[in-house]
Amino acid sequence: MGETPSRSADAGTGGIRVASGQERPAGAPARVAESPVSTRTPGGDGLGGGGGLPRARAFGAERAFRGLTLAAGTTVLVIIAAIAGFLIAKAVPALRADTANFWTYEGWSPNDTTPRFGIGTLAFGTVLSSALALLIAVPVALGIALFLSHYAPRRLGTALGFLIDLLAAVPSVVFGLWGRDVFVAPVRDLSAWLNQYFGWIPIFGGDGPFGKSIMLGSLVLAIMVLPIVTSLSREVFLQTPTANEEAALALGATRWEMIRTAVLPYGRPGIIAAVMLGLGRALGETIALAMTLGITFGVSFNLIENGGNTIAANIANAFGEANDTGRGALIASGLVLFTITLIVNITARAIVHRRREFTESAA
Amino acid sequence: MTTTIANQHPRPPAQPPSLRAKRLPRYAAPAIALAAVVVAAAIVYGAGIGGPVLVVVLAALLHLAGLFAASNAVEGRRSARNRTWSALIHSAFVLAALPLASVVWTLVSKGVERLDGDFFGTSMNNIGARDPNGGAYHAIVGTLEQVGIAALITVPLGILCAIYVVEYGRGRFAFAIRFFVDVMTGIPSIVAGLFVLAFWVLVVSPVFNDGRPGFSGFAAALALSVLMLPTVVRSTEEMLRLVPAPLREGAYALGVPKWKTILRVVLPTALPGIVTGVMLAVARAAGETAPVLLVAGGGAAINFNPFEDNQSSLALFVYQQAGDASRYAPARAWTAALTLVALVLVLTVAAKLLARRNRLGR
Repeated sequence: MGETPSRSADAGTGGIRVASGQERPAGAPARVAESPVSTRTPGGDGLGGGGGLPRARAFGAERAFRGLTLAAGTTVLVIIAAIAGFLIAKAVPALRADTANFWTYEGWSPNDTTPRFGIGTLAFGTVLSSALALLIAVPVALGIALFLSHYAPRRLGTALGFLIDLLAAVPSVVFGLWGRDVFVAPVRDLSAWLNQYFGWIPIFGGDGPFGKSIMLGSLVLAIMVLPIVTSLSREVFLQTPTANEEAALALGATRWEMIRTAVLPYGRPGIIAAVMLGLGRALGETIALAMTLGITFGVSFNLIENGGNTIAANIANAFGEANDTGRGALIASGLVLFTITLIVNITARAIVHRRREFTESAA
Repeated sequence: MTTTIANQHPRPPAQPPSLRAKRLPRYAAPAIALAAVVVAAAIVYGAGIGGPVLVVVLAALLHLAGLFAASNAVEGRRSARNRTWSALIHSAFVLAALPLASVVWTLVSKGVERLDGDFFGTSMNNIGARDPNGGAYHAIVGTLEQVGIAALITVPLGILCAIYVVEYGRGRFAFAIRFFVDVMTGIPSIVAGLFVLAFWVLVVSPVFNDGRPGFSGFAAALALSVLMLPTVVRSTEEMLRLVPAPLREGAYALGVPKWKTILRVVLPTALPGIVTGVMLAVARAAGETAPVLLVAGGGAAINFNPFEDNQSSLALFVYQQAGDASRYAPARAWTAALTLVALVLVLTVAAKLLARRNRLGR
């Protein structure tokens, strides 16, 4: 009762409206009007001054419904706990059976009589491919988002924004198929060219074959993450207070200076959240990478030679012939992936919660 | 609400030229672009280091540099920066449009090859590597059943959960639920698949199944509902919060109990928005491959029973056909991909159009 004085203006509702009140002055009056009305607590446990009201029954429909919703809410916590619990329960026996060091061993043969498998190379591949994908996707995505929100004509911007939202919904297996059948040819040419002229840089070294490389995987991943980051950050850019933009322009700022001084600082938490969500998506991406990476085990920064592997892609590829220990080993690797994404997500949410409510429609 | 206000973005006003010191003439940018192309072509073909693609890339870089230099000389540094960033932002758009357009074009051009009645009417049962026919009927059945069951599980659970968070929940516990719903949005689909594998397939279902692990369409539906739940909860929550408080207060004033108010007043008002959220979640779940691969196993025959034996799904069908060595497999994979994208996009577009008609708006 203390922090949340009334039910219809409960903490969340108030928070959103207070935060968004600055952005949308038009909506503010309606909201202001309702808050004083709702300070009384109708129904529920508090009977207020209405002595004539019927007393709350101990086992009524109200209690039952409330209990039902409470149970549904608790289910979420139960599911999260169960995910962690069951993964750990299935992973531990396999980890016990592992005869090599789980963190450093470079290889994955859990189905042998002496199971040997290690997560190191897979985790490395996951982080490397996701980081590269974001490195490519984020600047481009922010550019597109700015183009759609501040450069393109309004109608065009809205139409293209809608299109980008649609692209965010295209299943990853389609991107994987496209990367494997179509995109691999230009990437192979590019790799050969890079190798010919920049082969002295270690990341472009090696002597082939090229094609199904970390570079292909990261590029496909970047193309997949692009619509998500774009649509989230476009939404944030559109919410920039008009007054700030007008003030910047009135002081003689060019359009870019207006964006740099008004739009970007305002949208920073939203951008960070969008990037983190994109990172979460990239880290967990399975099928597209299983189809585009040339599966190898080994820590290598070479971007253009066939190779690369990630935790998720390895699960999809190795699941078919896994025996009991093999499944346990894959579940153990999934647990590591779960932990990584959990850390990324919690960080993202913490950043978002700190500043203001940020709603995502694409996620 | 957001859109109407956000659309009124100010444009820098056009200023009369007399007040400006100097501006680049209008033909400057195209002229620099032309010069950049010529110089780039001369460099690339002169040194023999690449083809037309390299010419375009080099020309774009030269154009940026030339534009900056020219603008810097005539208009000053600030204007030069403005022009360069503007060019960069426009080129980011072109850069991203190319691969995305290529995806769409490939999907359509390769997908129509097998778009025939046979594809939608037959399964892959008894289809060998040399058979050009075969279809995705079993996969379509699987997708519809799995997504349908997942929606049946998720929709009531998600809506009730959102009602708790918005209407009843207070303090730490409700905050924890909201926070973990947010966190759950980011769970990778493969982890959801592994969870159902560890929980349902390997532990619970052997009890009914003589100890054999029970790969089934229902297991896939469970995994999909883990993925759908946070989306449904989040969107329902947002919609419930948008229901105007006076509506609720009116109902309370008439003596309607809270639960009835929620069911009869709040939910119907928020319904279009909730349906939109559910449809988006369904669209996303229909495209998931990894969980189905892990817990439904995929099969070649038609299996209408989601509770027993392997089932396939469209996304999994694409993946399996892509990995198939038969020379007829890629065509099947592309057609299945086209079908899948059509299904997902129809759902998404319908959801977005519904959202646009929503009275509550966003």
